[in-house]
Amino acid sequence: MNPRRLLRLLPITPAILLLLVFLLAPVVWSFYASFTDAALSGKAAKDPQWVGAENYVRMFSDDSFPMATWLTVVFVAASAVLGQNLLGLLIALLMTRSRKMVSDWVGTAVVAAWVLPEIVAAFAAYAYFNRDGTLNQLLAVLGTHGLDWLYSFPLVAIILANTWRGTAFSMLVYRAALADVPRDVSEAALMDGARGWQRLGFITLPLIRNSIATNLMLITLQTLAVFTLIWVMTAGGPANASTTLPVLAYQEAFKFGDIGYGTAVASVLILLGMVFGAVYVRLLRERRP
Amino acid sequence: MSRSRARLGVDIALLLIGVCFAAPLLWLVLAAVDPQAGYQTKVPSAPSIINFAAVMTPELLGRPLLNSFLLSAGTALVNVLAAVLAAYPLSRYQSRFNKPFMYTVLFGTSLPVTAIMVPVYGLFVQLQLLDSMAATIFFMATTTLPMAIWMAKNFMDSVPLELEEAAWMDGASSMATLRSIVLPLMGQGLGVVFIFVFIQAWGNFFVPFILLLSTGKQPAAVSIFSFFGQHGAIAYGQLAAFSILYSVPVLVLYAVVSRGMGNSFAMSGAMKG
Repeated sequence: MNPRRLLRLLPITPAILLLLVFLLAPVVWSFYASFTDAALSGKAAKDPQWVGAENYVRMFSDDSFPMATWLTVVFVAASAVLGQNLLGLLIALLMTRSRKMVSDWVGTAVVAAWVLPEIVAAFAAYAYFNRDGTLNQLLAVLGTHGLDWLYSFPLVAIILANTWRGTAFSMLVYRAALADVPRDVSEAALMDGARGWQRLGFITLPLIRNSIATNLMLITLQTLAVFTLIWVMTAGGPANASTTLPVLAYQEAFKFGDIGYGTAVASVLILLGMVFGAVYVRLLRERRP
Repeated sequence: MSRSRARLGVDIALLLIGVCFAAPLLWLVLAAVDPQAGYQTKVPSAPSIINFAAVMTPELLGRPLLNSFLLSAGTALVNVLAAVLAAYPLSRYQSRFNKPFMYTVLFGTSLPVTAIMVPVYGLFVQLQLLDSMAATIFFMATTTLPMAIWMAKNFMDSVPLELEEAAWMDGASSMATLRSIVLPLMGQGLGVVFIFVFIQAWGNFFVPFILLLSTGKQPAAVSIFSFFGQHGAIAYGQLAAFSILYSVPVLVLYAVVSRGMGNSFAMSGAMKG
């Protein structure tokens, strides 16, 4: 490239520097540190030793890592892929037929849970699922005995809380997508006598399939990274019953001071994110040649 | 079944969903005005603003909110500046470098930020950046930078090139036309990126929780968490009041953005690519 054209690219350098120092460097450092015995304090903090794959071996011999992986899969599948995605789609579909006043009000309620700072949403969810909380009050009205949700069913509580917190994103994506569906297409199908379910399955959903794919990728990535909600509601407990991978990485690194093992868990998460990221980029590239 | 009856059914179903979403927030509002609040949702027997008065002190609310503001505004500023500068050549000059760069950036958006907090902490210790507001701002700006570059480029692409070409003919430099022609025309778009990043930074708990250690530097998200730990068992009402005061700025900002955008999705620019 000639110097003039290189000069034109000069304004990109601040962005590239930031990305290299604060995004790429931590990722590289994470993979490196996961092969050491780096610690939060003590001798290993100043002078970490290379320990090879020891952290990774320990990962698979420990009970906590396979369990956290399983909990993460369940958490993501239930709260993002099923909960947020289907509920968001349902709300967006209902909104196309409802009175404007109703859809405005419901939209505000759904978005409020999403716009609130995460720590506030987490407090609200904590109070809601508390033994004396609103959910048990509602169940009492229905004549059922309440449960100590955060203690007996922590995974269920955080799945419901994350569905509540994140559905707005899917709802907004699907509202935008449904607004782009040409009216005459669905009307033509109506003329041909297609029933509601048929129109949805054969016309509407195929037309918005790109949005569905993008949405699924994005909410999976977001949910994979959820920490604050879980940390405030259950702190991963009781007895690791709601410890997902981000919580496990945090606990190992900062509670037990084992940075090496913590970065090993973090590295697995980063790799997972990379796999989803690669699929996501591929999806978008195929769409626009 | 008649059309209006079907519509009534749809309305009722939607309202039920709306009530489920609003229910957890109802506690927050009612507890804030209840001096004897617990975890139960109940209409306070003697509503008062005593909870608000109790938390509205300089060290409990003032300092943390100021820190939140400095962190969020700093993050948004660094972010928008870097994003606009990067978006300009990407939008204005054709180059073989553009496409791979944009897709690499897009790939960067998919990195789970909570996963890199352990390594970032390690890196900050090595570089002695721990407990530094500036370093935290730069890190937070970087985590949202990939998304911001995509949004900025999309907004910039919609500013026609002809206007600029005329100015170039008259001898203006590209940085001059960026400032005098492109930026004013994409002002609204930039505002959206700024507010979007500001809201994210304002609500961020985990990053400052890990990187800022001294209480004097911690934003409201972190101070509210320690408040919860120390007083949570007694002062539910104050916790709720604090939460509301801390949430109001982002609720207002979001309302401004979503109204300005005519109810279209603020992030669709980034999502459509």
